[in-house]
Amino acid sequence: MSQTNASNQKYFLPRAGLEPLVRILRQRGYTVLAPTRRDEIISLAPVESADQIARGVHDHQDGGRYRLTQADPEIMFEYVLGADSPKRYLFPPELPLVELRVRGNRFVPTSQPPAIAQYAFLGIRACELAAIKVQDRVFGHAGQDTLCADAAEYYRRTRRQALVIAVNCTRPGGTCFCASMGTGPAATEGFDLSLTELRDGFLLTVGSQAGAALCAELEIRAPTSTEEGLAEMKLAAARSHMQRHLDTRGLKERLEQTIDDPNWERVAARCLSCGNCTMVCPTCFCFTVSDSSGLTDGVYGRTRRWESCFSHQFSYVAGSGPVRSTIAARYRHWLRHKLCTWWDQFGVSGCVGCGRCITWCPVGIDLTEEASRLGRHVPGAGVVPIPKAGGTKEALP
Amino acid sequence: MLAKRPIPKVPPKSRLAVFKFSSCDGCQLSLLNLEEHLLELVDAVEVAYFLEARRRELPPPYDVGLVEGSISTPHEAQRIRQVRRDCRYLVAIGACASSGGIQALRNWADIGEFVGAVYPNPQYIRTLDTATPIAAHVFVDFELRGCPVNHAQLLELVSALLVGRRPNVPTSSLCLECKRRGLPCVLVTHGQPCLGPAVQAGCGALCPACNRGCYGCFGPMEQPNLNSLGDRFLELGASHRQIKHLLRMFNAYQEPFKQASDHHERLEQQK
Repeated sequence: MSQTNASNQKYFLPRAGLEPLVRILRQRGYTVLAPTRRDEIISLAPVESADQIARGVHDHQDGGRYRLTQADPEIMFEYVLGADSPKRYLFPPELPLVELRVRGNRFVPTSQPPAIAQYAFLGIRACELAAIKVQDRVFGHAGQDTLCADAAEYYRRTRRQALVIAVNCTRPGGTCFCASMGTGPAATEGFDLSLTELRDGFLLTVGSQAGAALCAELEIRAPTSTEEGLAEMKLAAARSHMQRHLDTRGLKERLEQTIDDPNWERVAARCLSCGNCTMVCPTCFCFTVSDSSGLTDGVYGRTRRWESCFSHQFSYVAGSGPVRSTIAARYRHWLRHKLCTWWDQFGVSGCVGCGRCITWCPVGIDLTEEASRLGRHVPGAGVVPIPKAGGTKEALP
Repeated sequence: MLAKRPIPKVPPKSRLAVFKFSSCDGCQLSLLNLEEHLLELVDAVEVAYFLEARRRELPPPYDVGLVEGSISTPHEAQRIRQVRRDCRYLVAIGACASSGGIQALRNWADIGEFVGAVYPNPQYIRTLDTATPIAAHVFVDFELRGCPVNHAQLLELVSALLVGRRPNVPTSSLCLECKRRGLPCVLVTHGQPCLGPAVQAGCGALCPACNRGCYGCFGPMEQPNLNSLGDRFLELGASHRQIKHLLRMFNAYQEPFKQASDHHERLEQQK
């Protein structure tokens, strides 16, 4: 994906034009990944036709709660994110790294490098593009070499071949706060094409040369000024309907002073340390590498799996045992990494405001609420209530 | 994981023994259900004592002893001591061996009443007041959880011992396995009480994959927060009684489940 000649040219793609788009992508060898309805969730999965893309549903998200309801069957993208993000495909939950066999008295590698699929992400959102940009830094796609190179190779190769057709959010979810994080609801960069859904079709924006080349094969026309205006209006409305907010002014500096904040213990009483937030976070990149050996076949393997800083044993250090032994210590590590020390490590925020950690937390712990509480403690004054901008829904005890 | 001492390297063709205590035999059957891997297993080790599988009994000592079941009779309490002496490396397999099992529900009741109600001649019954895990009686080197144990973990255990490495058996939450598989969370999407966030991984999220909540057959994970999870279940409309029953199943006598179920029982009775 090249950003250099992004033309930002706008077109109108009629609703019926989505099917040819999927067909063309598949003809070009792409595995098209799009939001599909799986049981009671929206899940990013391979599709063979535009019919398989979820449509006619609304999602209702809140802390620890996710429900789908029927909506206008003509409208496709009036839901936001499920638990899955492109992370599942760029940084798979489980990836065999190497296979070795014993030949004589030495180990011989017998594995082929994993096959790299050519992915076209269709219908992913602005916050997810921001999250990909964050993981690009983590896994060194953007040139920086910040993490173990071998483990990052799969990411870099998959990423290089991926095509992104984004969808702008016209109906934000209940836990979204991308407007606060400056990542949405409209995609501004990092896409080949972007779509804003209108009644009869989509306002299409070209974001790269690859996107422009794709446009040449689509049945598109110039948009009317009404269509452009309507798209703008929908996005402005989405921005103002965002239900959660996080005041990011001075946030990093404030969180730097929170090592001893009494609120960590407070949230740890609720936190299950189950790791769901880290699994669904589109920027979390913790993994573990473990070795296996067959019973008799002499085959030895090494596999990478998603892990979580909420696992007690994950912080195990030889000689001293786990270094983060309480739930409070683990929650503190996670939240401060996301919103504070990520800046020091990667030069960006580790949070993109997608709200997944809020929705998929079994007990509904709200990151925006916790972050706005932290660092405001005055010794002797008890716990300070959250300021209005913190999007609080729950009274403090 | 109980082992604090180094993992011993078991020499090739080491001798494996499988023992049964108070249990349903399901964990032993899991060994027999390894299918194609069963042949590999008997190639890799000598099955010296496994009455469920073969009549031949080779005398001790054994390199690895797998113990199924809990200790619930005076005779078992004696026998486990001998088993410990006979095995270099002792592994408790399954919920009964690692927590006391479903029969540990007697630990809350009067065993005399049960015996009187069930047996026509109760005077012949020799039983203990409690059913307890193997580790309550002898030192256990390692535990595999589950009702029954998971095939992959059984193979991992034996494979690891054969090459002298620590078995890769995570102690983190079931949610990690569930999310790696990309399953819809039954708690968040249906409001269904699911013990997953407090239960040790290992089964591969079998129940959530069938759209039902985890009932905790792998027992509590490392540092579970059952207070908070219990509060959430109450918010979702569960009663103290339902929560108590959810916790008092296969691993009722594991300390965190025991404490939490006692807590909900007290609150149930206060009502």
